[in-house]
Amino acid sequence: MATLKIRDLHVSVETEQGTKEILRGVDLTVRSGETHAIMGPNGSGKSTLAYSIAGHPKYTVTNGTVTLDDEDLLAMSVDERARAGLFLAMQYPVEVPGVTVANFLRTAKTAIDGEAPKLRTWVKDVKTAMTQLRMDPAFAERGVNEGFSGGEKKRHEILQMELLAPRVAILDETDSGLDVDALKVVSEGVNRVKASGEVGVLLITHYTRILRYITPDFVHVFVDGRIAEQGGRELADRLENEGYDRFVPAPA
Amino acid sequence: MTNTTQEQAAPTAQNGLFEHAHGAGSPVPLQSRAERRTSFDVADFALPTGREEEWRFTPIDLLRGVLEDRVSDPGALSYDVSAPDAVVVGSLTPGQSPRGSVLAPADRAAVLAHARTPEALHVRIAPDAQLSEPVRVVLQGAAGLRSNTHVVIDAGAHSSGTVVLDHVGSGQHAGNVEIRTGDGSQITVVSLQRWADDAIHLAQHDAQVGRDARFKHVVVSLGGKVVRVNVNVRYAGPGGEATLLGVYFADAGQHLEHRSFVDHEPARCTSLVTYKGALQGETAHTVWVGDVLIQASAEGTSTYELNRNLVLTEGARADSVPNLEIKTGQIEGAGHASATGRFDDEQLFYLQARGIPQVEARRLVVRGFFADVIAQIAVPDIQELLMAAIEEELTGAMLVGSAAAGEQA
Ligand SMILES: Nc1ncnc2c1ncn2[C@@H]1O[C@H](COP(=O)(O)OP(=O)(O)OP(=O)(O)O)[C@@H](O)[C@H]1O
Ligand SMILES: [Mg+2]
Repeated sequence: MATLKIRDLHVSVETEQGTKEILRGVDLTVRSGETHAIMGPNGSGKSTLAYSIAGHPKYTVTNGTVTLDDEDLLAMSVDERARAGLFLAMQYPVEVPGVTVANFLRTAKTAIDGEAPKLRTWVKDVKTAMTQLRMDPAFAERGVNEGFSGGEKKRHEILQMELLAPRVAILDETDSGLDVDALKVVSEGVNRVKASGEVGVLLITHYTRILRYITPDFVHVFVDGRIAEQGGRELADRLENEGYDRFVPAPA
Repeated sequence: MTNTTQEQAAPTAQNGLFEHAHGAGSPVPLQSRAERRTSFDVADFALPTGREEEWRFTPIDLLRGVLEDRVSDPGALSYDVSAPDAVVVGSLTPGQSPRGSVLAPADRAAVLAHARTPEALHVRIAPDAQLSEPVRVVLQGAAGLRSNTHVVIDAGAHSSGTVVLDHVGSGQHAGNVEIRTGDGSQITVVSLQRWADDAIHLAQHDAQVGRDARFKHVVVSLGGKVVRVNVNVRYAGPGGEATLLGVYFADAGQHLEHRSFVDHEPARCTSLVTYKGALQGETAHTVWVGDVLIQASAEGTSTYELNRNLVLTEGARADSVPNLEIKTGQIEGAGHASATGRFDDEQLFYLQARGIPQVEARRLVVRGFFADVIAQIAVPDIQELLMAAIEEELTGAMLVGSAAAGEQA
């Protein structure tokens, strides 16, 4: 049983015009077995929330706490957070030329588990996971995300999620840029991980279509750096029909 | 009609971000690379001032000793040659053929290495010989002493094999390497610069690639205070292929300079130049100057030059100057790319976000950076040696890197 607790989180970035506050008091609790969808307009700070939890150096936490099972995530380095059980599927996965996917996955798995995986079962696990995500095995010998299409990058993120078995997974717009078939394949991957009941999922998205495959227990509307409203599945449908107008303060 | 196109990357790439990639374009009036002077007479090359085009990046004040007109100090350099049976090892005096038939000295260091080396090492690979083991020449320099060398590698028609020149120890060294590869041969020459930190090494390598021959030239520069290797390639006939590869890793206080010149005169020859370097530490300096000349007669030429530099810490500087000169429109393809970039923090974040500790993540990124050029070297024990050496260099980089990270925290 894992619990990610975010309390009164304030985050800012340094810009040329000075410090800019992006997150303005976020409160959220994600327990294993739960799926939370976060929806909100462009620029409202969803990725900032994801990156801040993962520890990206660009973001400065000015107030609040983030804990995973009462351990202070904010005090940890990026890799320590991942080893504590946090996973972030990125909106824009980074290319690492010359580092093969196979080598990368093995290195990450070894780091997370604290020991190298048993070679025979590992090779099989990777192959199975790739097949299920409809990834050509040839990807294992390519550079990490090097020349991958948008959709291939997203599958590769979910492949990592499946193999690294995190306790809390944040999926930042994993659905954007996917065609209908890929969306299904990727959702199945997420659902396989969810089926263990041991992972809490924070799903950031703009569209309800992914929520047809991955059922959220909670939906949060994210506006202007904080959660403006929460509800169940039905809130997502309302957002799809009505948009965010209701939540965005009318321009003065 | 003769059509001349010259191209030179205007500002050189330095510490910071710089991308440059295109084919032939923007004509700039320059002296043709072919007109650069060569001579066998020491008197023709005065001491450089540093203002000359070919010396403008080099720290001339450190070269006084090595550019002095004299023979080697006694005991300054020892050779150790191990060669398979099909190889004959001998010596050649200045002017004794084939010495001087391929390499004409193009600067003062090279003319000294030519004129002040009474006995050149002559490595002959018999025609049709297929060497199963590389020829290894270890050149061991003694600290504080001055040496000149001249090596002549003569590979017969349809032979295949690898020659490794391994420079270790220290001293001040002017060395020429002259390579003739026979028709249809497949020869690889590797020059390792594994000097101690205080060594000075100026080198000129000239290769003549036989008709339909495949030639690979590999430069690996890791050690030395000043290392400068100038590689010149010509073709004896059509159908030749030259692959020039370079890997260098400069630390604080090191100047590693590589220049290449590929002169395409016969038709249907290919050249592929790939140099990659990493830099770390204050005052680490690397230079790459890659010239390619496609003469009017060189129809069907295909050439590509690539230089990439990875700057690991502040204060290091990489200069990168590709130069393509094209005198015929009838070519297969010609292009070049040059880029110098800082270590990418987003890559580091991505790897760390997968649980990989920072030190290991940096290692992965740097190894990944060199992976393709190392794969092209295709000599297994050189590849292993190189991976190990990069690993060792990185242990230093880690210290610098984690110190920097500590400051930020
Ligand atoms: N370095 C920066 N300088 C200036 N503004 C920044 C910087 N980084 C982020 N921002 C701003 O912070 C806000 C939130 O960005 P964020 O990427 O978190 O939004 P998002 O909700 O994920 O949007 P999207 O739906 O488009 O992915 C945006 O207005 C963005 O421009
Ligand atoms: Mg976003």
